[in-house]
Amino acid sequence: MAKVAMTVNGRKVSRECEDRTLLVHFLRDQLALTGTHVGCDTSQCGACVVHMDGKAVKSCSILAAQAAGSEILTIEGLAAGGDLHPVQAAFKANHGLQCGFCTPGMVMTAVDMINRYGAKLDEKTVRENLEGNICRCTGYHNIVKAILAAAEEMGAAGRQAAE
Amino acid sequence: MGVEGIGARVARKEDKRFLTGKGRYTDDMSVPGMRYAAFVRSPHAHARIRSIDTSAAEDMPGVIAVLNGKQMLDDGIGNLICGWMIHSKDGSPMKMGAWRPIAHETVRYVGDAVAVVVADSVGEARDAAEAVVVDYEVLPAVTDAVKALEAGQPQLHPEAPGNLIYDWEIGDSAATDAAIASAAHVTEMKIVNNRLAPNPMEPRAALGIYDAAEDHYTCYTTSQNPHVARLVMSAFYNVAPENKLRVIAPDVGGGFGSKIYIYPEEIVCLWASKRAGVPVKWTSDRTEAFLTDAHGRDHVSTVKMAFDAENRVTALKVDTIANFGAYMSLFSSAVPTYLYATLLSGQYNFPAIHANVRAVYTNTVAVDAYRGAGRPEATYLLERTMETAARELGVSPAELRRINFIRSFPHQTPVIMNYDAGDYEASLEAAMKAADWAGFAARKAEAAGRGMKRGIGMSCYIEACGIAPSAAVGSLGAGVGLWESAEVRVNAVGTIEVLTGSHSHGQGHETTFAQLVADRFGVPLDSVSIVHGDTDKVQMGMGTYGSRSGAVGMSAVVKALDKVEAKAKKIAAHLMEADESDIVVENGALKVAGTDKSVPWFQMALAAYTAHNLPAGMEPGLKEGAFYDPANFTFPAGCYICEVEVDPETGKTKIVQFVAADDFGNIINPMIVEGQVHGGIAQGIGQALLEGVHYDPETGQLLTASYMDYTMPRADDLPSFQVSHQVTPCPNNPLGIKGCGEAGAIGSPPALMNAITDAIGNNDLTMPATPQKVWAALAASN
Repeated sequence: MAKVAMTVNGRKVSRECEDRTLLVHFLRDQLALTGTHVGCDTSQCGACVVHMDGKAVKSCSILAAQAAGSEILTIEGLAAGGDLHPVQAAFKANHGLQCGFCTPGMVMTAVDMINRYGAKLDEKTVRENLEGNICRCTGYHNIVKAILAAAEEMGAAGRQAAE
Repeated sequence: MGVEGIGARVARKEDKRFLTGKGRYTDDMSVPGMRYAAFVRSPHAHARIRSIDTSAAEDMPGVIAVLNGKQMLDDGIGNLICGWMIHSKDGSPMKMGAWRPIAHETVRYVGDAVAVVVADSVGEARDAAEAVVVDYEVLPAVTDAVKALEAGQPQLHPEAPGNLIYDWEIGDSAATDAAIASAAHVTEMKIVNNRLAPNPMEPRAALGIYDAAEDHYTCYTTSQNPHVARLVMSAFYNVAPENKLRVIAPDVGGGFGSKIYIYPEEIVCLWASKRAGVPVKWTSDRTEAFLTDAHGRDHVSTVKMAFDAENRVTALKVDTIANFGAYMSLFSSAVPTYLYATLLSGQYNFPAIHANVRAVYTNTVAVDAYRGAGRPEATYLLERTMETAARELGVSPAELRRINFIRSFPHQTPVIMNYDAGDYEASLEAAMKAADWAGFAARKAEAAGRGMKRGIGMSCYIEACGIAPSAAVGSLGAGVGLWESAEVRVNAVGTIEVLTGSHSHGQGHETTFAQLVADRFGVPLDSVSIVHGDTDKVQMGMGTYGSRSGAVGMSAVVKALDKVEAKAKKIAAHLMEADESDIVVENGALKVAGTDKSVPWFQMALAAYTAHNLPAGMEPGLKEGAFYDPANFTFPAGCYICEVEVDPETGKTKIVQFVAADDFGNIINPMIVEGQVHGGIAQGIGQALLEGVHYDPETGQLLTASYMDYTMPRADDLPSFQVSHQVTPCPNNPLGIKGCGEAGAIGSPPALMNAITDAIGNNDLTMPATPQKVWAALAASN
């Protein structure tokens, strides 16, 4: 057993867990943050994507102990209060989700993608950058639309703030 | 239509919880004292169990119980069943072998459960499962259905000699043979429909909770039809009587058919919960899902399509061998019979059809309905053959289809189905226009200039949805009725709850069903809530599959709304001292037509519950239920066109455009319908280009048991889709709905394969058209 401490969604947490505990199980079982999902066990599907120190990572591929001391952001912490983050809002407006199981990972990947590319995102880039996230429901059509719409919205908001 | 009513592109009510991580799936459920199950599974495709030694496992840390199949048998837990009786053409009933939830004598596929460990943590349960020692006598295995029928092959079940489950036929054999003999042209093909793993992104899971004080069971499970699960677990598996078994299917992360069936694991979790005295949760990992979730398709067929001198179809003869795997899953028997052969007329005016189907046991996991269920197999066979015939006859593929379209309705096919409405030409025209079919030659020439081989292909599909008229399916062997139920509860302040037996696992019922009510009464969408997925809340239901939630589930809601409206009008008429026949419901109020008198909806509802001033003899309250049994199947149809470029250096296919033109009848929410089509097309493209389950033919080991080996469609494998709708309302249900959930998966594979074979000039190509296969086919044609 190991004692692991980290910051999750802005809150300091510390829990005892088995050495072999993966970050995703730490989040789900120890912290009851069940929005992060397990879909494949082989780091292919991306249902478990969270942000670790500002970068998208697959939480099924990291031991909780490896994340000790880091800042973790999960889907539950993406937006404050009852609001939706612009990416979440774009997924809703563009019907970018159906069963919802891949959605948290998709959204966390999309936020990271927009952070990296900003307004330079185009359809081809979005599709290539979704390589690590599998959705079985939507055929990706509306996910791609949602991410492009969110990138534009966030780019516009960023420009407005700068002006 | 209002902004929130029928036909409006309303954003989904359920989205926020999924987008914020607040969805509640079965694996998210946690109850006090809960422990975890891990299954010991057979590593052999076929073996006799000599002994099981659990002593080492029982001594492992955290282990509470190690249970086996013999104990389950002793406790009276029954065999898993197939619920649709098919009779062979000699009149004999299908040959169903015994399927134990946990095998105690013989294992028949890699993944067959032989024991279960319950322990304090998932890790401890898995550690202990590895310590269970099973002594197997390994037997020879067969995984290929055609081979399994041959003499001298391993025999799976004593009940089914020669591994043959049934040998069934439909149609007129003599008339079909005669038409083929006198035909001007006959196109012959061998058609293989590749085996697929459904792969909803949420793996299956179950949580069994036994309450000893109440002698009552609760089961959380990843099900498309919790009431059917309760019925089957109660009536056939002897888990508990219905009144002592509550089944809850909370948020479910996709199903595509694979979560219709009642699997061993949910039965075991309930039983183990009583045996071990703790709530027991099991969650599949992805490899377990590949090993144990029912697969789809896996047909091998030969087909003859006959034409007269004017290129009119005169007959279709089909011989199909269907792989059922090691056990007969819940609806398996219906898939290659009444969901497949009855659709072999397609959109065409065939005078004669005959189909023969043999269902076969093999040492593979069970095969059952997967998105489309029989209809993709029928469409693939027909549309590949029709396209091939056009090439052989030197007619354009569109022209050959036009010559043969059914154009008057109702139309009785030679294979049971009576098509009620359709306009196949309209979808063909729309698709060809959207795809700029006329400009293809120029695009092909341009591609050739870049060294690329460009091809175009089409597919005109029909399917039968809205399953199904209960008496009709009963006469065909179904063990259940296929109606749906609904209850509409108007609360005292006028808000409305709709309880439905349909289950939503991505389809957006919480939005579309609410739109129906908002449209009917002019009340805000937000004042309507949809309740589903819990046998303690909804009395009964048949669940969601076969694109039936709209055509059947919503029709039940309409029937209940009719009753609510009738009573509401009586109350309003009494309050306003008007005649009930003069009352209209508009914009959230009940009005006396032609006057300015009105009662707000909420006031009428309040009057129903205060009961201070109701018509003489009227019961208080406002709540009505209905069961709706459809009068016929519905028949969605459409035309799909796919255009591809093949790189001759690598054999890699790029889809440059994909067009879908569908007739789903009336549409409640176009945004959601388009989403269903997108997802269906992606699964169809997956089948045609990427996906395929492979078992090692000697050992029966599953070679495609993870996402590293089984190619799921990813975003960069697919284009954006062009989708349009043509509307001929279904005349047989109150909303004119046909259903849209499966069309994409049904119509797309032949369009894509017709395009690739057009591009490479070689028709000898099987799905999935991997770069290696396409490259080899190109090389062979040069």
